[in-house]
Amino acid sequence: MYAQGLINASGDPNAAETPEQLARFQARIDAEEKIEARDWMPAAYRKTLIRQISQHAHSEIIGMQPEGNWVTRAPSLRRKASLLAKVQDEGGHGLYLYAAAETLGISREEMQDQLLSGAAKYSSIFNYPTLTWADIGAIGWLVDGAAIMNQIPLCRCSYGPYARAMVRVCKEESFHQRQGYEIMTTLAQGAPEQKAMAQDALNRWWTPSVMMFGPPDTDSVHSDQSMTWKIKRFTNDALRQRFVDATVPQADYLGLTIPDPECKWNDVTQHYDIGPLDWDDFWKVVKGGGPMNRQRIAARQKADDDGAWVREAALAYAAKRSTQQEAAE
Amino acid sequence: MSDPTLFQYVLGLADDQLVLGHRLSQWTGRAPILEEELALGNIALDLIGQARGLYQYAGALEGAGRDEDALAYHRDARGYLNLTLVEQPNGDFAQTIARQLFYTAMALPFWQAMTASTDQRLAAVAAKAEKETAYHLRHATEWTARLGDGTDESHRRMQAAINQLWAFTGELFEMIAAEAGLAAAGIAPDRKTLRAAWDRTIDATLSDASLTRPDDSWMAEGGRDGLHGEDLGHMLAEMQSLQRMHPGLQW
Repeated sequence: MYAQGLINASGDPNAAETPEQLARFQARIDAEEKIEARDWMPAAYRKTLIRQISQHAHSEIIGMQPEGNWVTRAPSLRRKASLLAKVQDEGGHGLYLYAAAETLGISREEMQDQLLSGAAKYSSIFNYPTLTWADIGAIGWLVDGAAIMNQIPLCRCSYGPYARAMVRVCKEESFHQRQGYEIMTTLAQGAPEQKAMAQDALNRWWTPSVMMFGPPDTDSVHSDQSMTWKIKRFTNDALRQRFVDATVPQADYLGLTIPDPECKWNDVTQHYDIGPLDWDDFWKVVKGGGPMNRQRIAARQKADDDGAWVREAALAYAAKRSTQQEAAE
Repeated sequence: MSDPTLFQYVLGLADDQLVLGHRLSQWTGRAPILEEELALGNIALDLIGQARGLYQYAGALEGAGRDEDALAYHRDARGYLNLTLVEQPNGDFAQTIARQLFYTAMALPFWQAMTASTDQRLAAVAAKAEKETAYHLRHATEWTARLGDGTDESHRRMQAAINQLWAFTGELFEMIAAEAGLAAAGIAPDRKTLRAAWDRTIDATLSDASLTRPDDSWMAEGGRDGLHGEDLGHMLAEMQSLQRMHPGLQW
């Protein structure tokens, strides 16, 4: 397979990397050159990117479930069409991201197996359920809003195929974020029960969204090396602050209350402060203790199992047709 | 109301597209492969888009202030006028593909004929729908071939789906009383004229896929009179739940 060929072309990934190779690589990164699939790269850089890109792809795919949960109950035809289009965009993002990861020498099937076995993670935010229609607005506004903060710097990531995939992803995400905010606006300006639905959704999605940026910089395992390699451009806390600063005024405009009594403007720092976050709870959810972890993987497993005969048929058909074609030539 | 006959006719067409689009949207997150997740979603979106154009027109024809959502979300199954084929549950992937094949093999020549309608609004909907439906038909015929001529299991499932849904194909060519008048006026295609094209598509597709065309026996009818199977009511109950729980609100 061609992906395997790539690893061989760049040498045995387990062979010792010479200081000269590593220095040349870092010099390219520092010069803001893009690293391409065929270029030499340290095994750890490759591994980090595979982990990050595949987790990103899995998040898109698992993220289709909480929103897909409302496709059949969207309250108007316009909302139904835009939600369906959004969920479909996420599937498309999953496709490009799997393709970007494949350039690093892993197949989509391997990545999907890692997702189903629990070896690979996805964004923990999708381990919460969508209980009301307002959750669809809150996901667009907050979850996609947080995703954009994370992803815009990735358009400048040192790995070319990932950076290019992110350019398209970001365009669509910012459309989704506006769409989510528009749902929230309609609810917040609607009947009292609609406004209550919007506030309830904000209450449940706020903290998990703020936690989407990952653990505080003091505890972030992968941060330093990723910054040096320019996979990551900003720290978790810097991105989190940027998200909070952008989102609090949006909540004010909607007349909704951020569910954090300590959230207020700080004249000294010129930023919004937020209260302490419960990182034990975050890690509990990441490690499988969230309300929807089991269902999300079970649903993916079921789709995979139910579709196995279809995929086998498509392969058998393609093999038969190519044999027939060869016989005819 | 300007023309109750035309209103009923357009409403039935809108219901066909919405019910089929909704059924396809139920595949979200459940498709056998990621590429199909995108393809089924695309087709669903096309159909929902067609439905919206038709409901808007139906609302205008009725002149009673009902918009697309009033028509889609505030009628129960007895008020829905779709063909019974499109309301059939998704079943396995083969059943979804068989339903797509049977419907789109009719819909393509239908929309092609409708582009010549003397009714400008219908001709405009048809011009867009014709292009979309050509792609839907290609999707359905290609999958029918893959499943029919894939593995033993896929062949068995595809043939079972063809057999099971065959009874819902007679209705595709039935003209309700009002439709004959619209056809005579050059507004609606004569469904009987679509049959030959449908037969050609179906026969070629089934033969290419090593599948057998079932014999005609009992055929379902009554969709255009609001006489449906039991599944449609459940589908609508779910689809309409928010509108029903909070009547009169904007979303």
